[in-house]
Amino acid sequence: MEVITRGGVITEPGNSVENKTGSWRVFKPVINYEKCIRCLICWRYCPEPSILKIDDEETKMNTPAPKEAMKRLPVVKIDYDYCKGCGICYNECPVHAIDFVREER
Amino acid sequence: MNYENQEFFAPGHGMCAGCAAPIVVKWVLKLAGPNTIVVNATGCLEVATTPYPRTAWRVPWIHVAFENAAAVASGVEAAARAKGEKLNIIAFGGDGGTADIGFQALSGMVERGHNVLYVLYDNEAYMNTGIQRSSATPWGAWTTTSKVGRANPIGELRPKKPIARIIAAHNASYVATANPAIFNDFKKKVEKALQTEGAKFLHVLSSCTTGWRHDPSKTVEIMRLATDTGIFPLYEIENGDIENMRITYKPKEFKPVEEYLKMQGRFRHLLKNPEYVKKLQEDVNAWWEKYGHHYKK
Repeated sequence: MEVITRGGVITEPGNSVENKTGSWRVFKPVINYEKCIRCLICWRYCPEPSILKIDDEETKMNTPAPKEAMKRLPVVKIDYDYCKGCGICYNECPVHAIDFVREER
Repeated sequence: MNYENQEFFAPGHGMCAGCAAPIVVKWVLKLAGPNTIVVNATGCLEVATTPYPRTAWRVPWIHVAFENAAAVASGVEAAARAKGEKLNIIAFGGDGGTADIGFQALSGMVERGHNVLYVLYDNEAYMNTGIQRSSATPWGAWTTTSKVGRANPIGELRPKKPIARIIAAHNASYVATANPAIFNDFKKKVEKALQTEGAKFLHVLSSCTTGWRHDPSKTVEIMRLATDTGIFPLYEIENGDIENMRITYKPKEFKPVEEYLKMQGRFRHLLKNPEYVKKLQEDVNAWWEKYGHHYKK
């Protein structure tokens, strides 16, 4: 049986990651890397936060980009375990590189 | 040290899809870094981020009651001071927990000059309990306690409480209004507040998709319109010097308030009568007429 801690203290920081809120999603954002200019505006505004900023050389070079020079910049990736599908990223993307499609399960 | 690439606010929390409060919180924490203690007033943010035994916070966090976030933050700050520790003490509260219920504790905290940053995320009603009006609800907004019908076609009849100016009148070290949709300005103000000694107060606009009645994807767009129409002006006041308040952002061209209203269900009824829209536009024009000269590039 789980015992309630004294004062309701939660001793493990950030353990909300066990809640996979991706199941809330009705619509799903999908990044079109051919169009993505890596401006990070979606990363800035994701309220979850479930848009990750990936900064390692291999991912940066191996992800398609509209211009070769952009491959120096960090890549954004959506973590579908937590994305609730609010669509802020889709609405804010300045180059319309994010599609918003119905989730199929 | 820059912590922008780290997340101190974990995913998996229960805030609604499209809620703006987590955007505010994640950026305040990124800019403050790990050496931080957070005090949270009762509200959506507290309830939805810490359903026992889970928490979305990766920094020490405490909740006590609705009315006393500022009092608890004062105590945490006094303890840190007594131990000689340099910490960021940050309190988060909604408009209910700040402008109404937590007001006296906040007033005391600022008057005593505790070295605390108090962040008000203002979604303009008691959203957590079911969209009841607060003193921060603007004129004309529908809520479940300012209902719209034949007897009252307007909704909320009182104007929004100017909480930032009230706190500034306590001679707080730093007071500012901010809007995450106007991002550079928002970020600058959070950084400035964190670097200032004494009691700091940030009044941050935070859209509520449920209570404002809009599509979750429009959150940032609507908040941007709040400032671009002039309804939510962005200014800062240092050391209580209200005469020398500085408006930090002014859109190149103001958009008509109608553009802000028509995107939200809570204002839909106002559009039926051009007189109401005209009144709101005149209120905004009057504000800028009176205070517009405080804008400095």
